[in-house]
Amino acid sequence: MSVTIKPVYDSARQSNPAITELKELRNYWYLLKQLVRRDILTRYKRSVLGVAWTMLNPLGTMLIMSFVFSNVFHQIGNFSVYILSGLLVWNFFAQSTNAAMSGLVWGGSLMKQIYVPRTIFGISAVGTALVNMVLSLVPLFLVILVTRSPIYWTIVLIPFVILLLAAFSIGIGLTISTLAVYFPDVLEMYQILLLAWMYLTPIIYPEDIIPTQFLGFYRINPMYWMVKLFRAIVYEGRVPLFSEIWPALAYSLGALVFGWIFFSSKSDEYAYRI
Amino acid sequence: MERVIDLNQPAIELRNVSVQYRLPTERVGTFKEYAIRWLQRKITYAHFWALDDVSFTVYKGEVFGLIGHNGAGKSTTLKVISRVLRPTKGRVLVYGKIAPLIELGAGFHPELSGRENIFLNGALLGYTREQMEAVYDEIVEFSELKPFIDAPIRTYSTGMNARLGFAVATAHVPDILILDEILSVGDESFQKKSFDRLLGFQSQGTTVVMVSHGMGRVEELCDRAALLEHGKIKAIGKPAEVIAAYRSDQN
Repeated sequence: MSVTIKPVYDSARQSNPAITELKELRNYWYLLKQLVRRDILTRYKRSVLGVAWTMLNPLGTMLIMSFVFSNVFHQIGNFSVYILSGLLVWNFFAQSTNAAMSGLVWGGSLMKQIYVPRTIFGISAVGTALVNMVLSLVPLFLVILVTRSPIYWTIVLIPFVILLLAAFSIGIGLTISTLAVYFPDVLEMYQILLLAWMYLTPIIYPEDIIPTQFLGFYRINPMYWMVKLFRAIVYEGRVPLFSEIWPALAYSLGALVFGWIFFSSKSDEYAYRI
Repeated sequence: MERVIDLNQPAIELRNVSVQYRLPTERVGTFKEYAIRWLQRKITYAHFWALDDVSFTVYKGEVFGLIGHNGAGKSTTLKVISRVLRPTKGRVLVYGKIAPLIELGAGFHPELSGRENIFLNGALLGYTREQMEAVYDEIVEFSELKPFIDAPIRTYSTGMNARLGFAVATAHVPDILILDEILSVGDESFQKKSFDRLLGFQSQGTTVVMVSHGMGRVEELCDRAALLEHGKIKAIGKPAEVIAAYRSDQN
């Protein structure tokens, strides 16, 4: 008997699923790029302006918001830049976590037929959001130029903030995808949660209208810190304080590690459940 | 055609494999319902063994057929082999890279062109960009879709879709090819062509596991076959004998 060759796949060999996922993902790097490409290309495939909508969309929202709210809230400098910078951060989070969830639940027909790393749908959703974010920086800088706001050198820190945001979004995206596989209602519940969450984050209103007794409550909101960091470098032009960085960092890493382990611990179940 | 089946070298081994599906007796789809029932301990499941203690070995270079009635466990067997399902009990060992033929359109995006879908589909099967570029022309040629390759796939007919899917999945000579009733697509000349390609694979040492309801095809193509019934192996051996067992069972 010459059965000494190592099998490529052994169902009994079950190392830590979180590590397995990570290793497999390396083999599917090209698929990750293809999925992001597919999402970007197909979203506006039939529209005339195409990908330009990625830039026009936040611009339109910002215009409406600043028109509606500029007289409600006492004037703060460059309200449009203030709103737009907050919106970009929020959109990144909301879009990527939603896409992660629907990608897994609706893209499940594929997972019933072939093996792909399960996390790939969540990660590609964040990859798509990353591309959209970079595209949305164009209208942000346009608005900064048009409103004659200063451009600060601190914008070189944008990648750092986006990295934290991406890690946080992957973590939350994977967590809610796992829940949505077991309870499809989570898809709808999450929409309501997102709406409440958005209003609990100072995106369209200035931070100083928050009553002081609620400030402690705001500080447990991870998105509060993400928005704060992004605004510090884009809108205020200062290097974030350490006391602002560490909560964001802790939330990002915490969410990423938790989401990754939680999701992959169930990875054998998805093909049975979806 | 001269082929070598190496009986010392397994390609796929199933050792006492069982797969259990858990079907809720009533559908509980919301948190509230679930929470209430969980508290009342009223969540009940019907346990259903799709595969029950199945063991067999497919050797390198062999063409192995799986036959049986609907729901006998044929597709589940293919799924545990291709790593989609991890068996509830038992062990599956696979020696080599698997190329599964996926269902029509599952890996395609309707808004993307044929060209773009070739690369997307290839990536889903685990190939790299370089590997796909190397076989791109050949895929277009084989699927006979050259004039339409830049049109979105939603404009393709079912047959064109099937041709493209088959061409992508079989562009590389795989170690192990998984076929689930796929040969019945396309027109007669394309069926002939895909059939020839499979025979070509055989001669290059590819192991093939196929599910088919076409007994003629099983007898013609397979070296061995297995009959599944209610998740158990009823017969295994020469295709003619296994088919005979299947037929006598029907009567």
